[in-house]
Amino acid sequence: MTDEQPARQLADIASIHAAVGDEDTAHLLIGLNEVVSSRAVAGLDVDVESHDEGVRLRIVVADGAVIAKPVHMCFGLLQQAGIQRIDLDFAVGSGAKIDVIAHCVFPNATDIQHLMNADIRIGAGARYSYFERHIHSDAGGLLVVPKAKVTLAEDARFRTDFELVEGRVGTLKIDYETTCGPRSVLEMTAKVAGRGDDKIDIRETGHLTGEDARGALTSRVAVRDDARADVYNKLTATAAGARGHVDCKEIITDRGIANAVPIVEVSHPKAHVTHEAALGSVDSKQLQTLMARGLTEDAAGDLIIAGLLS
Amino acid sequence: MLYRDAGRDAMMIHRTERMSLLDVDNLSLSLDGSAILNGLSFDLWEGYVHAIVGPNGAGKSTLAFALMGLDGYRHIDGDIRLDGESIRGLSVDERARRGMTLGWQEPARFEGLPLRRFIACGADGADDETITEAMQQVGLDPARYLGRAVDTTLSGGERKKVELASILAMRPRLVLLDEPDSGIDVDSLHRIHDAIGLLRDAGTTVVLITHSMEVLGWAQHAFLICCGNIVDKGPSDEIVRYFRNKCIPCDHKNAPTLAEMP
Repeated sequence: MTDEQPARQLADIASIHAAVGDEDTAHLLIGLNEVVSSRAVAGLDVDVESHDEGVRLRIVVADGAVIAKPVHMCFGLLQQAGIQRIDLDFAVGSGAKIDVIAHCVFPNATDIQHLMNADIRIGAGARYSYFERHIHSDAGGLLVVPKAKVTLAEDARFRTDFELVEGRVGTLKIDYETTCGPRSVLEMTAKVAGRGDDKIDIRETGHLTGEDARGALTSRVAVRDDARADVYNKLTATAAGARGHVDCKEIITDRGIANAVPIVEVSHPKAHVTHEAALGSVDSKQLQTLMARGLTEDAAGDLIIAGLLS
Repeated sequence: MLYRDAGRDAMMIHRTERMSLLDVDNLSLSLDGSAILNGLSFDLWEGYVHAIVGPNGAGKSTLAFALMGLDGYRHIDGDIRLDGESIRGLSVDERARRGMTLGWQEPARFEGLPLRRFIACGADGADDETITEAMQQVGLDPARYLGRAVDTTLSGGERKKVELASILAMRPRLVLLDEPDSGIDVDSLHRIHDAIGLLRDAGTTVVLITHSMEVLGWAQHAFLICCGNIVDKGPSDEIVRYFRNKCIPCDHKNAPTLAEMP
């Protein structure tokens, strides 16, 4: 199903023409509250219900289904102002495997709210990776609030990456909370650069409640101008053999402000969780190494930050 | 194309012309109230491989950092002239754009920075051929390394080679190499030696900061530093003898008696 003009515009901006044109690749393009293009593949069931400010999505990956190619979802607003709410109910059946790349496209935003509320359940032995790529306007007129509750059954794996590819953050409030069953594996990564008066608030929580569960929470943030970043990453471990690590790096330049609070709670003697946080300016030795090749201080700093966020 | 047909033999060529590239005039530097460099004066001849040798704490690395103008090492007394023109007021990148560069004893790690991008950053418009050739010249297999980042997944020795590859791609006029053999395994040492030969053969002036007798032997000309003073200078084979016979057994390294001062 395709509504050609907005579909083409969204696909253009998200650079996903090849995926949208591929008959073996599932996709779902949503402009405000309308499905403008979609394709299903075997093993994947998608149900969309529109309402005034967005959509309710119910996605089911059948037990044992392996979705061979990444599924592309695009949530976008081409207007300058508006609200888009996405309520997502996502169930990955036991033994299933799926990769999703979500393109959140707001190229003209001056006053847009993009609000996602997700309930994600990953069955026993299933694998789900979710890459969220954002393309924003340079105006910074965005409020982005992705919230998710994620449950991993035994031996399940969940990986999520958040990345701002283009434009300004605006205000970003990530709030993910994941509960990990026995031998499950959680990886959550957020990489964001803020400038102007952007505000970045990242709250990622992992509860390692199952024996031998593993969790890694990683944040890479750069703030410049008057931007501010607050990162609260929390891992709890309550079962034998649970292992986890919280890793936060934030680089500040200009008048940027960074705040990192890694929290680890361990309540089982055979669990082990570590954390590290590094906040500050661009490393002087890195900077001077690149400057000794002829890069200006600004160019060297940009290259270092680009690497950190890559 | 980078540097070809050079290698160990190229190191043995003795030049007869001596054109000064860098003049150091009465250079002094104090750090945290302690005098580290005490009125050093010397010339670096263009196209030569020089060594600055001395015991730990003699001021060798400080001298290299001061010549390169690193942050924290620019408040010098005296002057440094490149091609006869003072560079004392120039920043690191301004000096680099005039052809100077530095290789660190322990190169920095860069999370996420692709090796290709790092090697190319000092070489304007470097193409893939230039990058892969520079890598091969230091013994890095492009197929194995090009997709990697200059981060903690590389050993210290690998990062050292990556840094040297970036210097080869840059084609500087003057390179200061701080402990070029540090972290390098025995098998790879000849690669570093050959790479220095390639630099020299292409006309780059090389300064080796070292306390290794072997690395000192790679140079044509050497300065012996003790306690921030130049104690001796001359052909490297003579300095090797002095260093081996007088400095290594010395009981008061970096605290010489008056009689031992130059």
